[in-house]
Amino acid sequence: MKRDLLLFIGFSLLVLLAPQLFSGGYLMNVLVFVGINTMLSIALNLLLGYAGQISLGHAGFFGLGAYLSGILTTTYALDPWFAMPLAAAVVGGMAFLIGFPILKLKGHYLAMATLGLGIIIYIVFNETVELTGGPSGLSGIPNLKIAGITFDSDVKNYYLIWTATLLVMIFSLNLAGSRVGRALRAVHDSEVAARVLGVNSRILKVQIFALSAVISSLAGSLYAHTMTFISPASFGFNFSIELLTMVVIGGLGSIYGSFLGAALLTLLPEFLRGANDYDIIIYGGLLMVMVMYMPGGLVRGIPSLYRYLVKSKKGEPGHA
Amino acid sequence: MLEVSGITQIFGGVTALDSVSFSIRKGDITGVIGPNGAGKTTLFNIITGIYTQSAGTVTLEGKDVTGLPPEKLARRAMVRTFQNIELFGAMTVLENVMVGMHTKSTSGLLACALKMPWSITEEHRICAGALKWLDFTGILDLADHTAGSLPFGKGRLLEIARALAVGPRIILMDEPAAGLNSQETLGLASLIKRIRDLGITVVLVEHDMELVMDICDRIVVLNLGKKLAEGTPREIQESPEVIAAYLGDDD
Repeated sequence: MKRDLLLFIGFSLLVLLAPQLFSGGYLMNVLVFVGINTMLSIALNLLLGYAGQISLGHAGFFGLGAYLSGILTTTYALDPWFAMPLAAAVVGGMAFLIGFPILKLKGHYLAMATLGLGIIIYIVFNETVELTGGPSGLSGIPNLKIAGITFDSDVKNYYLIWTATLLVMIFSLNLAGSRVGRALRAVHDSEVAARVLGVNSRILKVQIFALSAVISSLAGSLYAHTMTFISPASFGFNFSIELLTMVVIGGLGSIYGSFLGAALLTLLPEFLRGANDYDIIIYGGLLMVMVMYMPGGLVRGIPSLYRYLVKSKKGEPGHA
Repeated sequence: MLEVSGITQIFGGVTALDSVSFSIRKGDITGVIGPNGAGKTTLFNIITGIYTQSAGTVTLEGKDVTGLPPEKLARRAMVRTFQNIELFGAMTVLENVMVGMHTKSTSGLLACALKMPWSITEEHRICAGALKWLDFTGILDLADHTAGSLPFGKGRLLEIARALAVGPRIILMDEPAAGLNSQETLGLASLIKRIRDLGITVVLVEHDMELVMDICDRIVVLNLGKKLAEGTPREIQESPEVIAAYLGDDD
């Protein structure tokens, strides 16, 4: 308990001080994306890593949050602070209703159904041109304002996004360590045993699906208000897969793992820019190595690699 | 306490259970025995809401519970264990039993995520309750181990501790002695008696005849999907039908 609190405080301090360490403008912008992707990975991880239910359509919920916020604040001139929770409530309600039939499916069938859902949402963004602006996107989305401060620079956005990210993190950490989090993990390990102990797995899965959609929607709204421009390309199938990769690489069932996965997959392409066309090879190779040698993700792989190195330094018998 | 009447289960064209009826008295340890393929596990799966039977009713404490799902039966104080223990392998031993306290706690998703004061109080109560049952089953020292790493015998005890945490008035155990050595089986026998002494009705499917004859107050014998006999261990041992079913008939 104490250790968890210290870890979170330490992490928050790091987040707070990061702008001082990397004062470059461009990197701040990348770190804003790390924050958004961390929120999205946590949302998906609650569903996939804790409850054991896959979704290949989470970019859709992210996009719905972004578009609802965007449309409400531009076309309908609503205040962003009002539009964001409204969007989240609509997306959450929708996920709740869709969740009942869709979460009866298991494994590959659930993957296919959520994949379909994501693709349908993507098509809607593209085709409802009068509402969304279609493929050319929606621009002029207002920045968030609070007490006279407008979040219109990279540094300000950094603090905005990371405040939200830290709130999502502590919310999810609390949830994971509670009776609800235990029930989710129980359903993951043995659904029948969880049910025998009185866990209503059906309702629980739908609840966590809706919560996951709400967090994704909030991340989407924040994305829309920080970027001020959105287009369907950001919310396609590719991004759903990228989110899935972040969760798996970071570590299933670990909130900090989601941060590590999001950070790696967001920062890596930036550092590989110098490698010209070879970046995709390095990127793909790294993913393969990760999945083969660190199946528990970075969050478990790094500590065990560290233990292994310490052990071999002491000259104890190891493998090779 | 528990009454099953006319339970029939047909899988495809095979009649796994054919109009089985019996009743279980409150406070008894009742054994359900029979040769392999007699339909014992199928019967358990029907009583505990995992299968839906083709026909027949299940009555729990005077109320019709036919077709209720397992999570509803847990709230009516009926719980079961599995032949191939179904632990939450990635969780600790303590956490496994804490899941057993699920119906005895109410904090919702938001209260838990926002760490409301009452959810924290409840968490302490859940933990204390779980520790009590680990102590009762004698695996308190394993509380922090990962459930998946337990040896089979300890896993069995954990599954029982977890079921007891639900606060059942009736517990059904599917072959609790399967895979246990003789020492562990002795411990299990005394544990089952202690569970009965708490006022909990026990029903077990079991192949270990020595255990059944030792601890059961009553026995129900199934053979080929039908009830063959019902009575005290002595009556069952002396029943010619039962002897014929187990040892084979001359005809």
